[in-house]
Amino acid sequence: MSTLTPETLVQSRSLLRFATAGSVDDGKSTLVGRLLHDSKNVLVDQLEAVTRASADRGFGGLNGGLDLALLTDGLRAEREQGITIDVAYRYFTTGERSFILADCPGHVQYTRNMVTGSATADAVVVLIDARKGILEQTSRHLSVVALLRVPNVIVAINKIDLVDYSEEVYRAIEADLAQLVTDLGLEHAHAIPVSALEGDNVVDPSEKTPWYDGPTLLHLLETIPSIDEIENDFEPFRLPVQLVIRPQGAIDPRIENPASFVDYRAYAGEVGSGVVRVGDEVEVFPGNYRTRVAGIDIAGRSVESAFAPQSINLRLEDEFDIARGSVIGHAGTLPEARNQIEGELFWLDRRSASAGMRVLVKWGTATVQAIVQQVVGRRNLDTLEIDEAQTLQVNDIGHAIIKFAQPLPVESYRINRRGGAFLIIDPHDGATLAAGISTN
Amino acid sequence: MTTTHEQTQLDLLDTLESESIHIIREVVAEFERPVLLFSGGKDSVVVLHLATKAFWPGKVPFPVLHVDTGHNFPEVIEFRDRTVERLGLRLEVASVQDYIDRGVLQERPDGTRNPLQTLPLLDAITEGKFDAVFGGARRDEDKARAKERIISLRDEFGQWDPRNQRPELWNLYNGRHLPGQHVRAFPISNWTELDIWRYIEREGIELPPLYYAHEREVYERDGMLRAVGPVSPPRENETVTIREVRYRTVGDMSCTGAVASDARTISDVVLEVAASTLTERGATRADDRISEAAMEDRKKEGYF
Repeated sequence: MSTLTPETLVQSRSLLRFATAGSVDDGKSTLVGRLLHDSKNVLVDQLEAVTRASADRGFGGLNGGLDLALLTDGLRAEREQGITIDVAYRYFTTGERSFILADCPGHVQYTRNMVTGSATADAVVVLIDARKGILEQTSRHLSVVALLRVPNVIVAINKIDLVDYSEEVYRAIEADLAQLVTDLGLEHAHAIPVSALEGDNVVDPSEKTPWYDGPTLLHLLETIPSIDEIENDFEPFRLPVQLVIRPQGAIDPRIENPASFVDYRAYAGEVGSGVVRVGDEVEVFPGNYRTRVAGIDIAGRSVESAFAPQSINLRLEDEFDIARGSVIGHAGTLPEARNQIEGELFWLDRRSASAGMRVLVKWGTATVQAIVQQVVGRRNLDTLEIDEAQTLQVNDIGHAIIKFAQPLPVESYRINRRGGAFLIIDPHDGATLAAGISTN
Repeated sequence: MTTTHEQTQLDLLDTLESESIHIIREVVAEFERPVLLFSGGKDSVVVLHLATKAFWPGKVPFPVLHVDTGHNFPEVIEFRDRTVERLGLRLEVASVQDYIDRGVLQERPDGTRNPLQTLPLLDAITEGKFDAVFGGARRDEDKARAKERIISLRDEFGQWDPRNQRPELWNLYNGRHLPGQHVRAFPISNWTELDIWRYIEREGIELPPLYYAHEREVYERDGMLRAVGPVSPPRENETVTIREVRYRTVGDMSCTGAVASDARTISDVVLEVAASTLTERGATRADDRISEAAMEDRKKEGYF
């Protein structure tokens, strides 16, 4: 890690989103606290509050009497019960990168929290207790990570101090892990021996693990590629249209030549994938219109090209009937619209899913009525097989067939993540029932 | 990578800007009557700036609402009015003073009015039939806010239920709600204080002058510098001095403290914030010091 100074902090740098997951008592909150503390992202008054609270609950001795977990447990009930209830977001920065950390509790509703934290993550850090090795929970966490195609997986083998920094213990877990990672089809997995409590290999390399010559946790986080770095060059351009910008008379009064914008018409959205350039031939769903890109404006500035995840105004050479829910893509690349898809559902609600259930599906900027046509089965996260099942309960992951009231060009999540992800919503009270990814 | 590779990675500020614009557009597309809470404070100024970018070259398509405690700094009220005028927006004001004058709310013994904002805010939301309320809250401000969703459902009483929040996945925001409910939308949830300042510098965004170092009559209380003013007089044993100070947040005069600073320009402030060893709330907001759970309690009641 480069030295943090006010000057390095004001330099331009990139953003990495990552999630942390662990089982009960893996020391995840402590690891997160350690990461923040050792990377000098804990400020004086936060440290004072933690020191006070640590003393209040008789924490002492080890580590100068600091319970670093207190840095992250936010809600009163969490502090009182010593558990983490909900995903919490943390922000920290080094000279190289800024980080958004989604801290996911491992025990209560772990599927819901893991899915929430991993959905947009460039990396996931999964914790293992070195004394326990790979648990059922570990393979469950890694399965969710694999299903959601998180591009970077870091397995922190924690509490290495409690096994006397034993290389043997570490190598045994590493070997088990290699097998699991292969079974799950995870491509970029890194293992690191750490002690969150003592700080070994979290931010600073440890002298007590001479047999480990890999990077520290923070160094890895500073150097691994983000999703958009990996994928933008390979994916076709997609723009789900959020709204049409057509100000007519209602032009920003600061604009000096309002008359020239009276006929302005652009399609506003966040680029879902790929790169688009002025002059590119595009097609539009629905309608299968074809035209060319006449211009791209980003926040009032005309540009020649744009890429995911930029929010843009896209102007087209011809006027068509395009509205919220339409999708613009490179000509010839949009998949055929379908009335029915097969998907992997992460069921998040207490009401269970079964055939015939009427729901809403939100995909990109489109929301359509839908029916759960069939529950195909429930994924057994220990065997990774799909077991036959007629219903999905809260925190189940399962396969289902969903039928839409209108056809949509949903993509396979494997090929295009933003084009293959959707929500299942209760049409009556609006609750988010499930997160889904299209598998076909 | 081949030689045709072009830069397809956004830097931090562009990533945050893009995400915020997406959120603002989603809310405008999916809700009938959005409104932006606008205090003239730096965070709400940044949200408004992002909204102008989201709808360029059109006007911002929603009004702004200010919950005026009656204890605001006059410079901030002047800035608020000028900004709204410049952008051609409609301003609605919910006045805490009116509620006190009518006897609906009572002045608190400690004189702070921040906790009194909740009722006028909820009434203004009901009367305006607003179904989405934009706010400038950030998750890095506080441990309770770290658990807040970007689109956050509120019941008929404006209450936040932190243990029963909708999961938020990908860039798909679910704002469906029942009649009487509304959502709070936080487009800059993922920004830190330093990101806000770097963005203000990059974009040349105007702020109320209080944010920059100036000379002011102040006295010390609870380790904070308080401005001398009609609602914040010094007590007998408190000594008034003229100091060079600036504000890191601009709230109610009765409970917002200044910090000693000689940062007179935006680049000075950016460097000062980068070097700062105190979080802005710990340093300057008396009301959050009451208890570790102070913010969580007020949020549950419908505060921002």
